[in-house]
Amino acid sequence: MRTIDVTRMAVANTFRSKLRTTLTVLALFVGAFTLTITTALGAGVSNYIETQVNAFAADDVLLVQAQTDLTLEAESEGPAEWDPETSTSSNSQAGGAPLAGAQAEPLTDDDLDVIRGIDGIDGIDPVRAVSTDWVSHGSSGRFEFSVNPQSAVTVADLEAGEQLDQGASRFEIVLPNDYLDALGFDTATDAVGAEVEIGMTDITGETHELVAEVVGVSRSSLFASGAGANNALVTELASLRTAGIDGADENSTVAIAYLESGLTATEIDQVTADLGDAGFSAQTIEDQLGIVTTVIAGITGVLNAFAIVALIAAAFGIVNTLLMSVQERTREIGLMKAMGMSSGRIFALFSLEAVTIGVIGSLIGVGAAVLVGSGLGSALAAGPLADLEGLSLFLFEPLSLLGVVVLISAIAFASGALPASRAARQRPIESLRYE
Amino acid sequence: MPTDDPRSTSTASRTPAPPAVLEAISLSKHYGSGPSRFDALSDVSVRIAAGECVAIVGKSGSGKSTLMHLLALLDEPSQGEVRIHGTDARSLSGRALNRLRNREFGFVFQQFFLNAQQSVLDNVTLPLTIAGQRRRARRDRALDVLGSLGLADKAAAKAVTLSGGQKQRTVIARALAGSPSVIFADEPTGNLDSATGAIVEDMLFALHRDQGITLVIVTHDDDLAARCDRQIVLRDGRIVSDSASPALEEVAR
Ligand SMILES: Nc1ncnc2c1ncn2[C@@H]1O[C@H](COP(=O)(O)OP(=O)(O)OP(=O)(O)O)[C@@H](O)[C@H]1O
Ligand SMILES: [Mg+2]
Repeated sequence: MRTIDVTRMAVANTFRSKLRTTLTVLALFVGAFTLTITTALGAGVSNYIETQVNAFAADDVLLVQAQTDLTLEAESEGPAEWDPETSTSSNSQAGGAPLAGAQAEPLTDDDLDVIRGIDGIDGIDPVRAVSTDWVSHGSSGRFEFSVNPQSAVTVADLEAGEQLDQGASRFEIVLPNDYLDALGFDTATDAVGAEVEIGMTDITGETHELVAEVVGVSRSSLFASGAGANNALVTELASLRTAGIDGADENSTVAIAYLESGLTATEIDQVTADLGDAGFSAQTIEDQLGIVTTVIAGITGVLNAFAIVALIAAAFGIVNTLLMSVQERTREIGLMKAMGMSSGRIFALFSLEAVTIGVIGSLIGVGAAVLVGSGLGSALAAGPLADLEGLSLFLFEPLSLLGVVVLISAIAFASGALPASRAARQRPIESLRYE
Repeated sequence: MPTDDPRSTSTASRTPAPPAVLEAISLSKHYGSGPSRFDALSDVSVRIAAGECVAIVGKSGSGKSTLMHLLALLDEPSQGEVRIHGTDARSLSGRALNRLRNREFGFVFQQFFLNAQQSVLDNVTLPLTIAGQRRRARRDRALDVLGSLGLADKAAAKAVTLSGGQKQRTVIARALAGSPSVIFADEPTGNLDSATGAIVEDMLFALHRDQGITLVIVTHDDDLAARCDRQIVLRDGRIVSDSASPALEEVAR
């Protein structure tokens, strides 16, 4: 018997008992749908995070802060009482820096010396407190504005223009793109090269204004918010803020430690451990993002487990469907064997029937998942998730779609093997006598 | 299949008859074992020459179908051997056996064993499909055979829509499609009215006469048996007589 005829016959047989086939296909559909959606969700989110991490591409940098005393924190529940002696002005570090542990103790000059003395660390820069009030451009109004104090270590996800030049002496900023409209720019490119005024208040209450050039426009991102400012601007803002009063520059809680270049991962781990012994906690930026990625991997893992359970149930469905089919067609099998059809071909016929069910179920499931996922993704992107620019929640990769179809067809084939071999082993005469 | 087995030459020299297509040598078939053992056939020897028309008769349960299945290599005997063109069937590989049944044998079973939801054409082409013929070739051949059996206009109809006589003719068309040299028919007219039964009988004998096809017919029907060259009568799994049909004997006398 020719392979094409076996295939044709298997496909035709699949549709002979429509209700039974439909029910089995439905079970596979659920599995394929869930598996595709969760895989796409995992891929979409981790792809987004990866882009964000890459936007943070500053290498060889550790974020160091004093280790927080967890026991102490546990005792004092609720917000800490304000104490004019120790409490820092709340907006001093509020440059939208989620990476900076807000509860950490400030780092003293001694601390910085200790850190500087640790092997493998090249230099240390405390993240300086800067505060800005507003920004304006030409005749536009003034808009609330904050500068990300960590812009030295971050690389912005640029929509237009260039990264900050940290060595430049002029004041440069990278403007978040949600300021474009407000400041009267039509497009991101229009804003590049423009000069904007920045207003701030020093600790004595006096206001200052300075002018900075927009060198780039950034997309808003998960991890960096606020405008980026180059070293020259940050230094200027920080010194204006203290209004020349000695000791008014509160110590930062976070410092950026620059690692010696060319350290291996184990050496970096050693530096982190040394810092830990000295009473500081240190993390690479990837470390901090890694936590997010791990959580997301965990969630998709759980969802995938549900999909696998659905598929196992579907596998039993296939076994059952085909066993009934073999039973029903005992005579037909006997007849075909009597007429000289080989056991191998009978096996192929029934396994192909299982694979056909698998392919149909997985194609419909994957197709529906792509439709629903794309619809849901764009609805969410337009609505609740509009702030997360560049996020496509469901990322359907052709290879993983193919993988789902192949996986489910393989499961279908494996479940078809038992009934198919039962059919193949039937002796023609017994099948023909079967009532 | 060449007859180079020395034993078949000795048989041929004993009885100067046309070469045997099928030969059963002291066949026994029992079902079960121990106290529940049942002997369906005991020590049965039969020799069927090419172009012969043989009727296997006997009471219900006497072992007729069992013998036919053994001769058609659909079942294996408990003892004894079946030779096909002089070759012991046990020496044939599964592949050769399948090929033999597909190319040399045609089957008409007592029940029709048609695939009800398939077209008459698809039912008839089944042996050709199994043989691996191309679609066009098997379609042409099946239409040819259906035409000669007066069923050309039913080719596209579903098997389930046919009358009993049409079904039986479809089954014969299926048996003929592969141009077999032997046709095994188990009660071919068993569930037909006598008029339709007669038509089907005429058709089988015409094939035998015109194309020299060997016929092995299992039947209860004395009239049908009488039309064959030879009758083998079974009782309780043993051959009680194996003779030329009475009508033919009279002609011979
Ligand atoms: N698979 C089996 N297991 C046990 N006994 C069997 C089996 N097949 C056949 N027999 C027995 O063998 C005997 C012969 O059966 P067979 O089918 O050859 O009869 P038959 O002569 O064709 O009868 P009928 O004319 O009714 O078709 C019967 O008694 C039957 O019960
Ligand atoms: Mg019988």
